[in-house]
Amino acid sequence: MSKPSKSPWVIHYDASSCNGCDIEVLSALTPGFDLERFGVINTGDPKHADVFLVTGGVNTQNISVIQQIYDQMLEPKVVIACGACACSGGVFHSCYNLIGGVDKAIPVDVYVPGCAVHPTQLIDGFIKGLEILDKKAALMSSKKKNKQISQSSGVQAIPSPEAAEHKENSLNQETPVQKEETKRGA
Amino acid sequence: MFFTIIGICIGSVLFALLGYLIGGFVEGCDRRISARMQGRVGPKIRQPFWDISKLFKKEKASTNPSENTYITCALVLLVISGGVFFAGSNLLLSIILSTLSTLFFIMAAYSSRSPFSTAGGAREILQVLSYEPMEYFMAIIFYIVIGSFNVITVSLQPQPLIVYGWPVFIGMLFIQLVKLRKSPFDLSTSHAAHQELLQGTLTEMSGPALAKAKLMHWYETVLMLGWTAMFFLDARPESWIVAVVAAIVAWFLDIWIDNNFARVKWQSMISWCWGITLCTSIVNFIFVSLL
Ligand code: SF4
Repeated sequence: MSKPSKSPWVIHYDASSCNGCDIEVLSALTPGFDLERFGVINTGDPKHADVFLVTGGVNTQNISVIQQIYDQMLEPKVVIACGACACSGGVFHSCYNLIGGVDKAIPVDVYVPGCAVHPTQLIDGFIKGLEILDKKAALMSSKKKNKQISQSSGVQAIPSPEAAEHKENSLNQETPVQKEETKRGA
Repeated sequence: MFFTIIGICIGSVLFALLGYLIGGFVEGCDRRISARMQGRVGPKIRQPFWDISKLFKKEKASTNPSENTYITCALVLLVISGGVFFAGSNLLLSIILSTLSTLFFIMAAYSSRSPFSTAGGAREILQVLSYEPMEYFMAIIFYIVIGSFNVITVSLQPQPLIVYGWPVFIGMLFIQLVKLRKSPFDLSTSHAAHQELLQGTLTEMSGPALAKAKLMHWYETVLMLGWTAMFFLDARPESWIVAVVAAIVAWFLDIWIDNNFARVKWQSMISWCWGITLCTSIVNFIFVSLL
């Protein structure tokens, strides 16, 4: 059986970026870097995507859009914040209309720093994101198995320690990888 | 009659298995060759199989529960259509079943009521409208030349069908682009992102439903290549090699056109398709009646 990281489909949303990061994201898909080597497809449809790439910070106008795209994506899914703006607001951090980084709207899995983010950095962040994607997929299938067992035996399934840990993490909205990334970014 | 049905059943099962493997391989090669044409490296040949297995494992969700039923019906009908064809049975039945399968696919697109997939469904109807007449004319010429609708009879003929049916073959090559939704005619779906219709008919499909739609495309490709190969078969065993080579050349031509031409409007698609259908069929009827 193959892992979801073998075919990560991407949706890219430009929140309030200066377009610097967008160009870098697109250049990662062009002949020079060719992300499709790894099975990456830029879908443009949240229902098909596994990875949500956001460039630019969150403002009062686009927060609902980001949340809606995130909600339309199906599990397992991963969010990658590309560039300083998406991580923390970047050069726009104290603007009157800016709320902050993407993590103000949705849980972010990987932070890729840089202004603008370089395609090689982006690929690096991607690989980190794919590890998380695989973990989430494994968690999903183990949850499904637990559910089946509880349905067949009538006993409520005990969540695995891994799942509990993940839940805690998602509540804190910070995974170890993220912490590492934020440190690097700082 | 009994043996025909048994034959179709065995054909369908074999088509379901072999069509999956060949279709996936063809799709993988398609993506790789397209990438090379664009100066990229491209994904591995196995990539489409990974995509399908990932999609089947994704969370299930749909705006309308009947969508899954429609898309499953479409897939099953297409497999039977391929089974009928590759078991050497009735060509006309194969054509009708494959159209029926497309109709179920359109129903699946309409069932979500989203503006994108509804527009995609409408465009898919236009595509069916464009390629359908050609398929029937091909069946008629087939009957006139061979004297039967049974595909198996081509392998008993002294000469391949292409000798008498070359005009409809040209028409079929053109129609193949529409049927496989290749670039000048990829109106109802589109592979690349940021298109005016998102992904057309596929917009609202996700997870397993999308996987089935992708599988449908694989089977359609194999079936279309089978129809192309059929023109080159005759009683000689070497003709099988010629048929396979011809199918590969036709498919390569499709990829080349897909990568080099921009999408046309639906009006041009219909007028070109019908124009070519009319010309090639009339020429073929005259040609056959003169001989
Ligand atoms: S991080 Fe820099 S390049 Fe990227 S969107 Fe912000 S300001 Fe533009």
